[in-house]
Amino acid sequence: MAVTGQVMILFVLIHVLGNSTLFVGGLNAYAEKLRSIPPLVWATRIVMLAMLIVHVYLSIRLTLENNRANPELYAVKKHLKATFASKNMIWTGLVIGAFLVYHLLHFTIHVINPEMSASMNVDALGRPDVSAMVIANFQTFSISLIYIAAMIALLLHLAHGIQSSFQTLGLNNDRMLPLIIKAGSIVAVILFMGYISIPAIIFLELIKG
Amino acid sequence: MDLTLYVWRQKGPEQPGRLEQYRAGNISAEMSFLEMLDVVNDDLIRKGVEPIAFDHDCREGICGTCSQVINGVPHGPEERTTVCQLHMRHFRDGDSIYIEPWRARAFPIIKDLIVDRSALDHLIQAGGYVSVHTGGVPDANAILISKPDADMSMDAAECIGCGACVAACPNGSAMLFTAAKVTQLAMLPQGRPEAKKRVCMMTEEMMKEGFGNCSNHYECQAACPKGIKVSFIAKLNREFIKAFDSHGE
Amino acid sequence: MILDGKCPSGPLPEKWDRHRRSLKLVNPANKRKYRIIVVGTGLAGASAAATLGELGYNVDVFCYQDSPRRGHSIAAQGGINAAKNYPNDGDSIFRLFYDTVKGGDFRAREANVYRLAQVSNNIIDQCVAQGVPFARDYAGYLDNRSFGGAQVSRTFYARGQTGQQLLLGAYSAMSRQIKAGTVRLYPRTEMLDLVTVDGEAKGITVRDMVTGEIASYAGDAVCLCTGGYANVFYLSTNAMGSNVTAAYRAYKKGAFFANPCYTQIHPTCIPVSGDHQSKLTLMSESLRNDGRCWVPGEKGDNRPPHEIPEAERDYYLERKYPGFGNLAPRDIASRSAKEVCGEGRGIGSSGYGVYLDFADAIKRLGENVIRERYGNLFEMYERITGEDAYNRPMRIYPAPHYTMGGLWVDYNLESTLPGLFVLGEANFSDHGANRLGASALMQGLADGYFIIPYTIADYLARTAPGGVSTGNAEFRKSADDAADLVKRLLSINGKRTVNDFHRELGRIMWDDAGMARSEEGLEQALKKIPELRDRFWNDVKIIGSGYELNQELEKAGRVADFLEFGELLVLDALHRNESCGGHFRVEYQTADGEARRDDDNFSYVAAWEFNGSDKRPVLHREPLAFENVVPDVRSYK
Repeated sequence: MAVTGQVMILFVLIHVLGNSTLFVGGLNAYAEKLRSIPPLVWATRIVMLAMLIVHVYLSIRLTLENNRANPELYAVKKHLKATFASKNMIWTGLVIGAFLVYHLLHFTIHVINPEMSASMNVDALGRPDVSAMVIANFQTFSISLIYIAAMIALLLHLAHGIQSSFQTLGLNNDRMLPLIIKAGSIVAVILFMGYISIPAIIFLELIKG
Repeated sequence: MDLTLYVWRQKGPEQPGRLEQYRAGNISAEMSFLEMLDVVNDDLIRKGVEPIAFDHDCREGICGTCSQVINGVPHGPEERTTVCQLHMRHFRDGDSIYIEPWRARAFPIIKDLIVDRSALDHLIQAGGYVSVHTGGVPDANAILISKPDADMSMDAAECIGCGACVAACPNGSAMLFTAAKVTQLAMLPQGRPEAKKRVCMMTEEMMKEGFGNCSNHYECQAACPKGIKVSFIAKLNREFIKAFDSHGE
Repeated sequence: MILDGKCPSGPLPEKWDRHRRSLKLVNPANKRKYRIIVVGTGLAGASAAATLGELGYNVDVFCYQDSPRRGHSIAAQGGINAAKNYPNDGDSIFRLFYDTVKGGDFRAREANVYRLAQVSNNIIDQCVAQGVPFARDYAGYLDNRSFGGAQVSRTFYARGQTGQQLLLGAYSAMSRQIKAGTVRLYPRTEMLDLVTVDGEAKGITVRDMVTGEIASYAGDAVCLCTGGYANVFYLSTNAMGSNVTAAYRAYKKGAFFANPCYTQIHPTCIPVSGDHQSKLTLMSESLRNDGRCWVPGEKGDNRPPHEIPEAERDYYLERKYPGFGNLAPRDIASRSAKEVCGEGRGIGSSGYGVYLDFADAIKRLGENVIRERYGNLFEMYERITGEDAYNRPMRIYPAPHYTMGGLWVDYNLESTLPGLFVLGEANFSDHGANRLGASALMQGLADGYFIIPYTIADYLARTAPGGVSTGNAEFRKSADDAADLVKRLLSINGKRTVNDFHRELGRIMWDDAGMARSEEGLEQALKKIPELRDRFWNDVKIIGSGYELNQELEKAGRVADFLEFGELLVLDALHRNESCGGHFRVEYQTADGEARRDDDNFSYVAAWEFNGSDKRPVLHREPLAFENVVPDVRSYK
């Protein structure tokens, strides 16, 4: 789980960097570039899918095993260290999973809101206008809300997941542990800010179509 | 001081249990928590009520027998303190105190606050030792061990096997207990020859005994009366990866 | 009867080797045909079970705790002695032997003690090989410290938890044998009776403490490793469950009980804080290396310690024993504390306490050094008392801690009942009238790892395996007797709790047979104890049934035995008209208040034979011969 998680974190990092090209007006060029190397795109998709399947399979098994091992019958239970994030990994994970499906249907397969899809519109250079698609969509409140909510789930998931993956891989000791916990949270927050900045800024109409 | 206790009472493993309310009157601040329960029990006996069964023995914080979850925390509110070393001066007149047994699937309740922790013994039996016969060993100083290694081994060896880590873990995992033993022996040259086998056997046994997995909440370290650290779990994980690496066991 | 300890002949250093050569062996193929019962899983029991299992015997091991890792050996803090002489400070096997015999006030068998000193070195090797994390220096070598008044550094230690680490080592070794199938473990099972067939020990009767079921187990030999009886004083440093039952019931079945009056009172424990007190906590003796004992010079001085000027303090140990000062042996330090408290100079609310002051050491070495040396002990002290010992002196008082007496055994650790072996604190063998610090762990492991494997083979080789089964009438009778006793206890249904009686017995024992004993007090105790016993059997209240987990019933059985055993202890103390080691009779002291031994009349082991419940036990003597050392007057002036 730690390995698959870390690979996916890598993807999430690259993804947010790609997204941010929107702010400098380079999103369409970035998208075009990606499309021009299909092996890269497909290899990434396959690897990510594999990681996802393994990750989800393991996490569901883990959760079931853990629930069985501790039926939580305490009348009073005080958690000293466990956080909301650490206790709800399965739920934040499932939210992210559901969002992933939505996100792919939305921006990749264009089943949702097809009228706004990039392939239907081209920009001045004749490229599919990804920028316009993104901006048009995020001007809708409900869509922005879905994306922001999903990113909150991601924030929580990674806030625990990043440091947890280092511990599970044994890449940890007394000195590193507090640092890794802090660094994991900071990375999670940065990713969160990076992702929500697009819908937030668009919705607040700071960038117009 | 006067206290209100809510104590888990359960006749036997198969019978249903419930929280019963008791009054603990005239408790002095010098008493230990268990002495407070002694007073309550003496009262109950005089009234003809069956006293509360609870595990305890050395009452000096080393045997690891005592095992109560007090107000939601294994061994109660004081850090690095077993129930028997917890004193009533940490409570205030009029407090309500919830007292429950360790809860985990691997620790079935025997009666009231007493649980069966033999699963921890089984973990040690699975590999928590160096396979050395009595006699025929080299001179004690023939094997040099650097002080930091010996110290870290000792840090891990301080585990008293009380099971608070399991009771605290939202997953009912015995990872901290296992990690402490694995680390103690992995840090010493005597323990290295069997290190790979040991970590595999003990991990496998954890599953068999019905303990959960570690998902790094770190509740165990916070509850541990001896301050056993979760960095030992990272060490166990490293040992496990090493074992997996080279033998594909 | 004059008892024979069966000590081998020959020069002292060769006795054990020669003896081992003469012992019979059991053929490796035959070992698995024998079944050995081991009761108790402290250091002695766990190490014996592990070693016997390894050798190929079938071992059944029983303990009352929920896990065999919890025997009370676990609480030993200070360390374990060995004659390694690693620090090159003049130690040797002979010196360890001599110190132990002298420390025991010349009331132990020379041959046993010498053997103990010999195997002490093997113990350290064995424990290191098992992965016991002893303290080491920066070069990676084992570290030693001086302990309990020894003038050489021969004590190996693992922080303040040496007993724990050694026990976990033995427990691991035993766990390995459990996995291998040679050792079968019965936790939460309490021995209630020894079964003898034709005068030989062939099994035990136990109560399953979870179901209440009473059952018997047969074996070819029985090893009792059931610890000491300090809980006869109610308040002691022993675990709550520590008891004399196994040993006492064996005594009632014919094993002799030796020197019950030799009890050790540890000088540095945390004082009693009130009637609710359930046990006493020991603070390692090592504290006396840097702490200074004192009380106010005047009676009834209630000022807080820092307001009492230097000139008005009495550093009584330094005053009385300038040579050893605060490091005087345990019995001397304990008695001195009692003495000053008896004079009304005791401190604390109860008046039963003395100060152990670190102010000078902190001034001299700095708080950091003290913190490094004793940090965990100061922490423990603060946890229990709520006081910070860096800023105000600790309050300490002596407490019953260890019992040197026990079932009588010969050089082979075999009791007067053939087939019954007794190991560790449960036997009487090695410490004489007083035990030196860091020697208990040594003896427990010596008996279990290195002595019993040889000596039990000699017995087994002369015994046909599997000779008796639990079908034998003796087993049925023993189980019936045990069940009757449980029934009797439960049927009393009186008014007072078991603890009540135990507390009262403890008060009698402490007042009349504690640190200082007088003929008058002992005679009184001999009257009071049977009275109390009668009241117990008429007025104790135990709730619940015998067929379930019933902690009051468990306690009642143990207290019932203490109520009989206490009398035996007093009787022994009364008969021993001398002062030696842990046994101090006020009638027998020198002009300046020191113990006066009487070698002419009492240089023997007193072994008592049970003679029926209503009759006085019969005294047997084993004379002690000192061929290699000259019993001199123990002087620590």
